[in-house]
Amino acid sequence: MVSGNSTTARGYRAGPSVWWTLPALAFFVVFALVPLVGVGVLSLMKWDGLSAPRWTGLRNWTHILSDPVTGKAAVLSVKIIVLSWLVQTPLSLLLGIFTAGRQRYRNVLAVLYFVPLLFSSAAVAIAFKAILDPNFGISRAVGWSFLSRDWLGDPQLVLATVVFVIAWQFVPFHTLLYQAGVRQIPAVLYEAATIDGAGPLQQFRWITLPQLRYTVVTSSTLMVVGSLTYFDVVFVLTGGGPGYSTRLLPLDMYLTGFTANDMGGASVLAAILVVTGLLLALGFTRLSGFNRMQSQQEGI
Amino acid sequence: MLDLETPLSTSVRKAPAPPRPARSRPHRTNVPGAIGGFAWLLVVMVPVYFIVVTTFRGQAGFFAGNPFALPTAPTLANYAEVIQHDFVRYVLNSVIVTTGAVVVTLAVSLIAAYAVVRGRGRGIRFVFSVFLLGLAIPLHATIIPLYYLITRLRLYDSLLGLILPSVAFAIPVTVLILSNFLRDIPQELFESMRMDGASEWQTLIRLALPLVRPALVTVAIYDGLNAWNGFLFPLILTQSEERRVLPLSLWAFQGEFTVAIPGMLAAVVLSTLPMVVLYVLGRRYLVSGLTAGFGR
Repeated sequence: MVSGNSTTARGYRAGPSVWWTLPALAFFVVFALVPLVGVGVLSLMKWDGLSAPRWTGLRNWTHILSDPVTGKAAVLSVKIIVLSWLVQTPLSLLLGIFTAGRQRYRNVLAVLYFVPLLFSSAAVAIAFKAILDPNFGISRAVGWSFLSRDWLGDPQLVLATVVFVIAWQFVPFHTLLYQAGVRQIPAVLYEAATIDGAGPLQQFRWITLPQLRYTVVTSSTLMVVGSLTYFDVVFVLTGGGPGYSTRLLPLDMYLTGFTANDMGGASVLAAILVVTGLLLALGFTRLSGFNRMQSQQEGI
Repeated sequence: MLDLETPLSTSVRKAPAPPRPARSRPHRTNVPGAIGGFAWLLVVMVPVYFIVVTTFRGQAGFFAGNPFALPTAPTLANYAEVIQHDFVRYVLNSVIVTTGAVVVTLAVSLIAAYAVVRGRGRGIRFVFSVFLLGLAIPLHATIIPLYYLITRLRLYDSLLGLILPSVAFAIPVTVLILSNFLRDIPQELFESMRMDGASEWQTLIRLALPLVRPALVTVAIYDGLNAWNGFLFPLILTQSEERRVLPLSLWAFQGEFTVAIPGMLAAVVLSTLPMVVLYVLGRRYLVSGLTAGFGR
């Protein structure tokens, strides 16, 4: 079909032309797609961030891939992704089902659950730093010994702490997704199940869970791809420490690039992140079926 | 994955919503559910309570008493100190960046979404699939080339240099939500505009714009939250105090105040307050919009 002439003299037309998408496309191409390609290019260059980049071939790659810090960061990233998923998904699912109920008190709770989403990551991190401070925070408020620990200073605890803080910040969003999903389950299914004598647990197992499978896929995709590039909270909360114990891949990328001034090496890490993210997203897409996935992603 | 032959399914939304489904559940009191629900409320609210209550504590009170007790001598000194610390400038910078990013994003995305829904032809479908691709890519991994690009464009350490990439990163989601809503406008309305001899522009302005206003509010809040709270772009693309935005100022305060936690938390509260107001005003739209945006 002709996409050029959008109107004729009598107002009959073939719809708006492709040029209408141009402003949005230009922004997206220049400030998102070009940098995306740039990741690959810069990973082959030596660049300190100030002078002009110089070609260096695969040297950055061999250097970064043989660096033990990279391996450690990758393992940590996998741990964070898996733990975050394991903590956030059941919580969000249950809270979503809970808030989908029409009772008044549940609506009020749903409003309050949303509050963490209003804080910036920097604010969340700073607040939790204060709360978890072994001298002035929750440790001193209550005498319980299991709460008075150095949550951010102990390499054994810090990962769990980070997982908790991330969950605090993001469970509200996923709760919202599950709430929406539950509310779209046809009530007829529950009525039929009740008539058949199914109890609440059976209804959950045989109606709610299967009906929510696409929500699970959507939410998991966002969660996994999101925690892959998770940066702000960890950066402010721990800065990667103590030692290397929370230096996740994105943080490793930032520190390599902007602190150690090795932009080429950082681009290698960025390329790894981009490819992993794409593969994960594609994998989840496959789980849900292509067309389904697209409809899931509307409105993220 | 970008097979657009099948239009994005909006079937779930188009199915007539059963008016107040007579579900049997509301009548049953779910005790474990309620306990769990209130337990999570505690997890959400205890940190918020701590933040707020600490801001009213004097420096001495902070080091002495129980950090969760109500302050014995409440004071506003922390807020006063934060405001004297150039806070107004950071707020202004954040307002400029957020407003700029949201207005530009909404404008270009609405036009693009209109073309995606109303237009025909390969070109438009290809563009749409490019935006879909944008959702699958962890775009924040592109900050290093972005930094290079912004410095080359001589936009480093400028508010414009923050607005432009923020717009680019918000466009895919925004176009998707808006096109989803535009698709729900009955075909007959477009037909009658056409009969009246209205051009596409006139149809967009007079028909589509008023009808998608709820969706515009939804994405405005969503994009606005992201722009207001964004940390990575300001961290990498700005440097001077004159261009500092709120989230970055919180981080910078951290260095300056070190132990003055009440002051820090007062800054946290002040920086979050505008979002609380926005949420209270727009909650209805935000929740229903996001709800409508996600199929099952």
